[in-house]
Amino acid sequence: MKDIFVLMEHRRGELRDISLEMLCGASQLGGNVVAVLLGSGVDSFAEKAAGYADKVLYVDDPMFENYNSEAYQKALSALIKEHQPGLVLIGNTAQGVDMAPALAVELGAPLVTDIIALEMEGDKPKPTRQFYGGKLNAHMTLKDAGMYILTVREATFQVGEPTKSGEIVKVENPVKEEITYRKFVEYVEPEVGEVDITQSTMLVGVGRGIREDKNLPIVEELAKVLGADLAASRAVVDAGWLPPDRQVGISGKTVKPKLYLAVGISGAFQHVTGMKGSELIVAINKDPDAPIFSIADYGIVDDLFKVVPKLTEKIKELKGA
Amino acid sequence: MNMIVCVKRVPDTAESEVHIDASGRDIDKSRLSFGINECDNYAVEEAIQIKEKLGGKVTVISLGGKENDEVIRMALAKGGDDAIRLDDPAFAGSDGFAVAKALAAAIKDLEYDIVFTGALADDDGYAVVPVALAELLGVPHATYVKDLEILEDGKRARVGRELEGGLMEYLEIELPCVLGIQTGINEPRYASFKGIKQAAKKEIVVKSAADLGLDPSEVGEAGSWAILEKFSVPEVGEMAEILQGDPEETAAKLAQILKEKGLI
Ligand SMILES: Cc1cc2nc3c(=O)[nH]c(=O)nc-3n(C[C@H](O)[C@H](O)[C@H](O)COP(=O)(O)OP(=O)(O)OC[C@H]3O[C@@H](n4cnc5c(N)ncnc54)[C@H](O)[C@@H]3O)c2cc1C
Repeated sequence: MKDIFVLMEHRRGELRDISLEMLCGASQLGGNVVAVLLGSGVDSFAEKAAGYADKVLYVDDPMFENYNSEAYQKALSALIKEHQPGLVLIGNTAQGVDMAPALAVELGAPLVTDIIALEMEGDKPKPTRQFYGGKLNAHMTLKDAGMYILTVREATFQVGEPTKSGEIVKVENPVKEEITYRKFVEYVEPEVGEVDITQSTMLVGVGRGIREDKNLPIVEELAKVLGADLAASRAVVDAGWLPPDRQVGISGKTVKPKLYLAVGISGAFQHVTGMKGSELIVAINKDPDAPIFSIADYGIVDDLFKVVPKLTEKIKELKGA
Repeated sequence: MNMIVCVKRVPDTAESEVHIDASGRDIDKSRLSFGINECDNYAVEEAIQIKEKLGGKVTVISLGGKENDEVIRMALAKGGDDAIRLDDPAFAGSDGFAVAKALAAAIKDLEYDIVFTGALADDDGYAVVPVALAELLGVPHATYVKDLEILEDGKRARVGRELEGGLMEYLEIELPCVLGIQTGINEPRYASFKGIKQAAKKEIVVKSAADLGLDPSEVGEAGSWAILEKFSVPEVGEMAEILQGDPEETAAKLAQILKEKGLI
């Protein structure tokens, strides 16, 4: 089997979890695992990766201090052409999604994005991914080619103990020309609001099922009697019904309250990623097939407009008793 | 500023049961409602807002059958100028790459400063089209775009990409370019009655694979990176314990559970 390239992802001085996850996943496939690290003065990441890889290809150049798809694509395609791996794994992250399809087009390598499981058939990957917001799994067959690219969903693979000590090979930056099309400018932190939901003991998470912002009082009432704070899915934040600092999920906050009560939330993985660590998860949703029920401890399959006011009432009664 | 917006018509599956059909490779769509892909709706709005500010033209492109006209006309009603629909039996089974090839063939001879697409499709979730399309057109790109400002010289844009945790990454990019738009970048408008009436009269130019100079082997399943072999229903580990009864009963049961857990 040919080598497996795994692209290390880092941001603002941190090696992101997806990097080691993919190295661990790749190690189960057979074949040499090569961590590809593009960065500037990130020797410690190279050392960390070496614990999970057979080799680390490390390009140390100020060009790679911050991610830039133009610089990354040029460097990766040069390294791939030189080393001819059979499989390239890239995170299905805001970085990976911004580069992998262009790289695949350039190299003529079949790409499947956002995979959640992977088996090999000889040299050829057989990935599984999801359709319809996680309601179905799709088993994909790639076109025959000399090399394949996959982007891997976060938390698809578990990170184990470091068992390898791959050689760290510093290579010269293959990108000789200047980066012209696209320039990194700055990072801007999301705004901080009045309530920090990452600190809340209980959260009532509101989803698009609430229909309109004028219906919010019924969940506000519930949150009040519970002593919980309100959180939201992205759909609710995009609609402007609740402020961005209430958003739970991959592009919002990660919360671990004692209780997460999801009301009218379908349970897209981008949301679930941010709340699955909650101690007790309860979902109210009228769709029995809503993916949220597969991670909830308790569920009520019904119209939230009927259940939520009743629940508020019952909690009030119990509190009074 | 000349702009092109690519829109997709998708089934709304968030609130409906999804059934795998007899082929095992598709779903039964007979009882689903359809509409514009969520982030494409924001892409349309972004293009129209720029047109209103800086002038120019907005061309709407969609790949699919006649049923897509509804989605196209809605974009026209909001302020789009003209429209192209790419329609050919050969496009069936296209993945993101094959779609990007058809779009690139339609766009390459048009004059444009920015091509907008949604960041990803709600149905397949591939998130391939904007970035693959840019590479095929040979122009720069950015995706997960949640903030956009055209810089004074009209040759560059300041683009904010939304990263994990809501962190924004700002970059400057040269035009022409392709931008994959993320939800929440703006507040999509509703079409006016007048706009809808005007849009109903507009012509939608239909182009086949041959019109685009594409061989059938380049598109559809034949031209895709991967084909969907079969669907399966995800295995769930431990499902939630579903509380039974009418709202009065389920609410009482849940309140009791919360009390037992010491949460009330
Ligand atoms: C890059 C990227 C990042 C993302 N980041 C996030 C993120 O951080 N957080 C996030 O939440 N999402 C995120 N998303 C979006 C995510 O994919 C989903 O679109 C979103 O979570 C859906 O929100 P929802 O569950 O509220 O809405 P929907 O998926 O529309 O679900 C609404 C639910 O309400 C139920 N419902 C409707 N009416 C009723 C009723 N009367 N009674 C009971 N139930 C009812 C329906 O059955 C349905 O399950 C991201 C997407 C992308 C592409």
